[in-house]
Amino acid sequence: MEHLLKVVEATQLRDDIPVFNPGDTVNVHVRVVEGDKERIQQFQGVVIAIRGEGAKKTFTVRKVSDGVGVERIFPLYSPRIAKIELVRQGRVRRAKLYYLRNLQGKAARIREKRPTSSGNTESSHTA
Amino acid sequence: MSGLIGRKVGMTTVFDGQGNQIVCTVIEAGPCVVTQIRTRERDGYEAVQLGFGERRLKSTPRPLQGHFQKAGTTPKGKLVEFRGFPIESLALGQQIRVEEIFQEGDRVHVTGISKGRGFQGVVKRHGFAGVGTRTHGQHNRERAPGSLSGSTFPAKVPKGRRMAGRMGGDRVTVRNLEVVRIFPEHNLLLVKGAVPGPKNGFVEIRKG
Repeated sequence: MEHLLKVVEATQLRDDIPVFNPGDTVNVHVRVVEGDKERIQQFQGVVIAIRGEGAKKTFTVRKVSDGVGVERIFPLYSPRIAKIELVRQGRVRRAKLYYLRNLQGKAARIREKRPTSSGNTESSHTA
Repeated sequence: MSGLIGRKVGMTTVFDGQGNQIVCTVIEAGPCVVTQIRTRERDGYEAVQLGFGERRLKSTPRPLQGHFQKAGTTPKGKLVEFRGFPIESLALGQQIRVEEIFQEGDRVHVTGISKGRGFQGVVKRHGFAGVGTRTHGQHNRERAPGSLSGSTFPAKVPKGRRMAGRMGGDRVTVRNLEVVRIFPEHNLLLVKGAVPGPKNGFVEIRKG
């Protein structure tokens, strides 16, 4: 039965989305429709969570804007996402970075991922 | 009110033209086989009996085996009668597919047997509010139903008073669900929202 669900979800997936992981900084280009005009809004921040699978997969981006923490949850395969730029890869040790919500300034920084000697820097999230 | 028998596959989301995420249930609908045609002359009403889902010959009772033989099909797991089919144009053993009955944008009623929940209290079963506080002398009455009736008058509990008991496993119909998409090559029907029953459970889909 499960494979029939995949048939449906396969029609929803996009292959133009880069691979990223929690801890990475991404710049999400969001299509915003105002009245009859459409423009692109950018939202740059740290990916603090990725959840779900298949067409239901979503990711949470957190940024601090004017001292206020802002989080947005995007469906990964939403057609409203024009583009996702991978700005920076972070080195983190857990999948959900909710602890960042309690940290500010210097403490909320994330170490950058160094390419390993084998050149293998990436892992998860393949469609 | 024509319809089909199907099997619930699971739930997922699809995006519409505006980029809205639509939560929907995937149903494997048909192909169903006409196993019997009820006519006004013989049965007093007009309907079509459809069969769906395979069943082992060994576990099919003999009388049913004959029933399926008459229709010229293999034994089916589920038989349901539907009204509203044009019975003149149907023949025994004829296959009916999703795309012949439903179109995207149609409204459908989906019937299934809801998931059994066992013996449940009044808060879960009937949506009672419970006591609402743990303190203020509530001891262990947090999810209690409260008073059942008056005292000297009427001196009895009215019939049908909602109490704790077996929940779920009922035949439930959800009406006016929108058909979001159809995949004829896989016999799949996507319906907006939730549908009663477990995954792999049989559902009846009727045209709204």
